[in-house]
Amino acid sequence: MSQTAHQTAFAGLRRDAEALAAPLPPLLAAAEHLAASVMTGAHGRRRVGQGDEFWQYRPSHAGDEARMIDWRRSARADDALFVREKEWQAAQSVMLWLDMGQSMQFASSKDLPTKAAEARRLALALSVLLIRGGERVGLTNLGMPPRAGQVQLMRLTTAFATQTDDSEYAAPELRAAPHRSRAVFISDFMGDTAPVEDALMHAADRGIDGALLQILDPQEEAFPFDGRTIFESVGGSVQHETLKAADLRDRYLHRLAERKAQLKDLTRLTGWQYNIHHTGTAASQALLWLYTALERTH
Amino acid sequence: MWSIGPIGFAAPWLLIGLIALPILWILLRAVPPAPIRRMFPGVALLLGLTDDETQTDRTPWWLLLLRTIAIAAAIIGFAGPVLNPKTETAGNGPLLVLMGGGWAEARDWTLRMDRTRALLEEAQQAGRETAVVSLTDLPSDGALPFRAADAWAAQLPGVQPMPWLPAAEDVLVWADTLEGGFDTFWLSDGLEHDWRAPLLDALQGRGTVTVFEGARPVVGLRPARFVDGVVEVDAVRSRSGSDAVIGVTAHGLDPNGIPRPLARFDIDAPAGENVVSGALSLPAELRNRVTRFEIDGVRSAGAVTLTDDSLRRREVAVLSARDEREGLRLLSPTHYLEQALVTNADLIGGTIEDIVLANPDVIILADIVALGGTEPEALEDWVRKGGLLLRFAGPRLAASDYGRDQEEVLMPVRLRAGGRTVGGAMSWGEPKQLRSFSSESPFFGLEVPEDVTVSSQVMAQPDPSLSERTIASLADGTPLVTRKTLDLGQVVLFHVTANADWSSLPLSGLFVQMLERLAVSTRSADLTAEDLAGTTWTLDQTLNGFGEVEDAGTLPGIAGETLAEGTPGPDLPPGLYAGENRRIALNVLDREAELSPAAWPADVVVEGFAVREETPLAGLALSLALLALMVDVLATLFLSGRLTNAAAAMIALSFVAIAPPADAQQDVDVEKLLQASSEVTLAYVVTGDRSLDGVSEAGLRGLSEVLFRRTSIEPVDPVGVNLEADELSVYPFLYWPVSESQPRPSAEAYAKLNRYLRTGGMILFDTRDASTSGFSTATPNGRRLQQLALPLDIPPLEPIPSDHVLTRTFYLLQDFPGRYVSRDVWVEAAPADAERAEGMPFRNLNDNVTPVVIGGNDWAAAWATDERGVPMYPVGRGFAGERQREIAYRFGVNLIMHVLTGNYKSDQVHVPALLDRLGQ
Repeated sequence: MSQTAHQTAFAGLRRDAEALAAPLPPLLAAAEHLAASVMTGAHGRRRVGQGDEFWQYRPSHAGDEARMIDWRRSARADDALFVREKEWQAAQSVMLWLDMGQSMQFASSKDLPTKAAEARRLALALSVLLIRGGERVGLTNLGMPPRAGQVQLMRLTTAFATQTDDSEYAAPELRAAPHRSRAVFISDFMGDTAPVEDALMHAADRGIDGALLQILDPQEEAFPFDGRTIFESVGGSVQHETLKAADLRDRYLHRLAERKAQLKDLTRLTGWQYNIHHTGTAASQALLWLYTALERTH
Repeated sequence: MWSIGPIGFAAPWLLIGLIALPILWILLRAVPPAPIRRMFPGVALLLGLTDDETQTDRTPWWLLLLRTIAIAAAIIGFAGPVLNPKTETAGNGPLLVLMGGGWAEARDWTLRMDRTRALLEEAQQAGRETAVVSLTDLPSDGALPFRAADAWAAQLPGVQPMPWLPAAEDVLVWADTLEGGFDTFWLSDGLEHDWRAPLLDALQGRGTVTVFEGARPVVGLRPARFVDGVVEVDAVRSRSGSDAVIGVTAHGLDPNGIPRPLARFDIDAPAGENVVSGALSLPAELRNRVTRFEIDGVRSAGAVTLTDDSLRRREVAVLSARDEREGLRLLSPTHYLEQALVTNADLIGGTIEDIVLANPDVIILADIVALGGTEPEALEDWVRKGGLLLRFAGPRLAASDYGRDQEEVLMPVRLRAGGRTVGGAMSWGEPKQLRSFSSESPFFGLEVPEDVTVSSQVMAQPDPSLSERTIASLADGTPLVTRKTLDLGQVVLFHVTANADWSSLPLSGLFVQMLERLAVSTRSADLTAEDLAGTTWTLDQTLNGFGEVEDAGTLPGIAGETLAEGTPGPDLPPGLYAGENRRIALNVLDREAELSPAAWPADVVVEGFAVREETPLAGLALSLALLALMVDVLATLFLSGRLTNAAAAMIALSFVAIAPPADAQQDVDVEKLLQASSEVTLAYVVTGDRSLDGVSEAGLRGLSEVLFRRTSIEPVDPVGVNLEADELSVYPFLYWPVSESQPRPSAEAYAKLNRYLRTGGMILFDTRDASTSGFSTATPNGRRLQQLALPLDIPPLEPIPSDHVLTRTFYLLQDFPGRYVSRDVWVEAAPADAERAEGMPFRNLNDNVTPVVIGGNDWAAAWATDERGVPMYPVGRGFAGERQREIAYRFGVNLIMHVLTGNYKSDQVHVPALLDRLGQ
C-alpha cells in the first residue's frame, strides 16, 4: 500500500468518525477517581473548584482575598461584595481495546461493513468525542498511554487504520492502563472467554471499570444455513463440517445465548457494562450507549 | 422398425443402454451432493456439535429416481420412438380402391384423396395393379379398369363428389358383374345403404376388404319449411352419440344484391337424437331474401338446403270497393280471397298510392272500377315493372262503361256492356260449368270439379286477341279468366266476383289452386305430381357435391311430375328449378330423409383417418429428460442449501407469472347506474390521486347545491367515474381534472369516451394551472392533457367567443373564472359560415352542445364546499374573491344548463320571426 493510499484511508476513516461524532455533545465522562488523576482538564465537575469556566457568584465573606472580589458585579449591587467562582474541571483517562483478530474481518453480505470496520469507526468516534471533551484516550492494543489533544487523535487514527492481528480470536489486554481509569473493550467475543474473564478480573483489581461492546453480524445471530456445509473461521484455522446445517441452528443459537449471558454475568460481577451491537444497525445508538456508559457515575 | 405396442423405435439398439441404469443408480447413490464451504466466525461455537442424522450423506431416493428418469428418457429419446409407425400393407395382387363418390363424403374429401394417394403409392411400390372406382360414376362396361397405380394417381384430381348418393340398382347390377380376385379398400361414407351389405358380400367373395370411415358423423339439412310464422329447419346426423350444436346460417342477397349471410342460429342436438329441429324467426322482408341454409363448417351438398318459393310469402294487397253493408262478412267481396290467401301470403291494405310504394307482389282489385287521380298511372307503372294486377268483376264493373269503347291498359280485354246472368230466376238455361283447361293455360293440369258453376259473368268483347288472352273459359266458350302481359307484369281479370255471388268458384278448392298457379299465393306443403302435372321446369342453379351453388347452364327441361317425385341423381341434379312463375328447389335431402350409420360386420377391418398419422416421440422424450435435469438442478441446490429464499421466491414468482391474471373485469354497478339514470348526476373522472378526486367531488357537490337552490336542475350527489369500468352514457357531464400523474385510459375506455362524446356527452377538461400560465401546452398538466386527449374524437376548437351560448344559458357572463382567472377557455369552433341574424346580438352558432370545454381555471376548487356548505378553498381576496367565486358558480350553472338544454338559448335568434308569425 502506497503512502498516498494510506493517507486516503486515514482521511476516510477520520471523516466517517467525525461525521458519526458530530451529532453528540462533547462527552463528559464522570471523573470518578479525581484524586488519582489530578490533572485538570476541560471537564466540568459541577462544583466549585479550579478551572476556566464561570460557575457562580457568591457573596463575599470573611477570609476572601480582596483580589477575589468581582468588582463589576459588586458595583451593581447595593451594599454586598461578590466573589466570582469557577467550575472545578478535571480530565479522565479512557483506555480502548479493539479486537483486531481475523474473526472481526467478516461481513455476511456486501452491503454490510465488516465487524472490524464497524468497531474501528465506533472506537474512533468515541475517541473524537472524548478528546473533544478534553479527556485523555489511550489504546491498549499498542500499549499507547492516554493523552489528550488532536495529536493523540491522529495517532489513534493511524493505529486503527493500520493495526492488524493475525490471531484468529484476539484476547483483550490492559497494557499501559493507569489505575482507576476507564476502559472500553470492543470485540465479537467469539473466541475463548477465559482471557476476557482474566482481563476483566485484572481490571477490577486495578480499579478500572468500563464497557464491553460485543459486535455481531446479523448472520451470526440468525444462522440461516441449510444442507451439507463446511464452516470455516475467517483465518481458516478452525473448521467444522455438518451434513444438515439446519439441524445445528437451535443448538448454535443456544450456545450463542449462553455466551452472551456469560459475558453479562462477568460484567455485572466486575462493575462493567455490557451491550451488543449488530453491524447494519445504526452505529450512533452504540456510540450513545458508550457515551452514557462512560458518563455514568457510581 | 422394431416396435412395442403402438410405439416403434428407429434405433432400438440404443435401448440396451437402459440396462446400465441400475449401475448408474448405485453410482449416483454413493455420491452425495458436494458440501458448500462457508466462512463463519461463529464456527467456534459450533465445535463439538454433531449431526443427529447420518442419512444425508447418501443421495435421497427421490433425487436418484429423478436422475434415473432423466437418463432413461434421454436414452429412449435418442432411440427415436415413433407413435403409430407406418407399417407396410400386406397383400399382393390387384387392388380395388372403392369410394362412394356421393355428397356424404365431400366433407373430408381431401383426407380421402390423400388416403387414396397414399394407397396408390404403396400399391405402386408393391407393383400392384389398381382400379379406382366411384360408385356414383361406375365404369360403363362393368369390368374393373385395373391399371398401373401411377396412372390412377394422375387421374385422381378429376374425381369429385357428386351431389347425390349412388343409386341402389346400378350398384347391385355392378356388384353382380365383378369377377376375378382382388383386395378392396373401401372409402365408405359411413352411411347405411340398401346396397351396402350385398356389395360387401360380393367384394368379400373376391378378396380382403378393408373399410375406411371418416371420424366425423355425416350431417345434413332437410328442406326448410314455414310453420306458424317461423322457418323450421331440421338437421339430421348419422351418429347421435354425443351432444352437439349444429350451427346453421341463412344465406341470401342483401338489399344491394350482394350475397351474404343473413342470419345464423344454432340447433342443439342432444345425445341420442338423430333428427333435431331448429326454428328461425325472421322478418318477412328478410325471409323472402333467403336463398339457402347451410350448416356452418361443413362442405357437403347434404349440408345445404336451397329454399324456393315455398318459403317466400308473397305480399298481396287486396282492395275492394267500399261496402255499405256492414257486418255481412260472408258477402264481403274479398272474404273468400282473404281466406284463400291468408295462410300463404302476407296481406296488406291501404290506399293504392301507399300500396304501390310498398311494391307488393300482387294487387287484387275486387270489383273496383273507378281509379282516381294518379292511381292509374301509378298502377300501370307498377305492373310494367313486374307486378301482377288481379281484378275481379262485380256489379260495379258490369254497370260501368269502363273498358267498353276501347281496351283499357289495366284491363285485359274489352268488355261488353252489361253482364250476363244464366240459370237465374229471370233467365233461361242452367248455370254454366267450366271447360277443362287448355295446354297453353297456366291452369293446365288442374282438375275441374263438377260442382263449380257460374251463374253471372261480365262478357268480353269478341276480339282477335281474345282467344289468346283467355286462360280459362266456361263450357260455352265464354272467357272466365283473361290475361294480358304488360311488359314484365301482367293483368288478369276474373270475369266473376271474388265472392260467391256470381259463381261457386271461390268456394271450391280449384280457386285456391288457380291462385297458386297464378303465383298469387304459394303453398308451403310439398307439391305433388298432380300439382305439377303438365308443367316444364328448367334447372336454374345447381349444387355441386361440396354444396356450392353454381349456375346450371343450359339443360333440357324436366317435366313437373318427375320433379315432384324424383330423387336427385345424374338425370335430376339437385338445384333450383325455374318454371313459369315460380321456382322449386330440389334438395339433396328430402323432408323425410334420415341418415343412419353403417354397421360393418366384425370380420371387416374398419379404420379411421385420424389415427394413422406417424408421431415422432423423440422430441417429447428428450424434453422430458431436459425437464427432469432442470428439476434435478433445483433439487440439488435445495439439498445443498444453496437454494436461497430469494431464488425460491423467483421460481415461485415465475410460476405465478405464467398463471393467467385474475379477471379484473368489474361487474357494472347496477344500483349506481339506476340512480344516475333516474336523477341528474354530475360526474367526475377518477384520476387515482386521492386529494384531487376529493376536490373534484367537493366541487361538484358545491355546484350541485347551487344548481339545486337557484335552478330547476336538482342533481343528486356527484359520483366518481372509473373510465375503465363504469358506464358513461348515464352521465350528461364529466369533470376531468388533469394531473400529471394520471395514467392513460385503455383503448376500450377511449372507445367508450368517443361514443360518449358523439352521443351528446360533455367533458370539462381542467388543467388547474391557470395560476402559473394561461391555458397552454407549456405546463406539465397541459402536456398531459394533450397526451390524454389525443385519441379522443374532438372537433376543432376555438377560444370561447363572446356570443357563445355558454355566455347566456342562465346568467349573462363574459368571464369564466374558477379559482384562477384566465380567459383561455376553449370550446368547439363555430362553423365558418356562422352569421349574425338581423337585429340579433349574436351569431347563429353550432346547432349542438360543444363536446368539450377546456380550461385551466381549477373550477372544482372554486366550487368546492364541505358537508356544511362552507367553501373549502380561498378564492382571490376579500369581497372581490367572493365575487369571483360567485361568477365561478354562475359559470357552472351556465355550463350544466348548456349540457342539459343544448342550443335552446341559441334558438332565440328565431324569436323575432316567431313573434312576427304570432301576429304580435
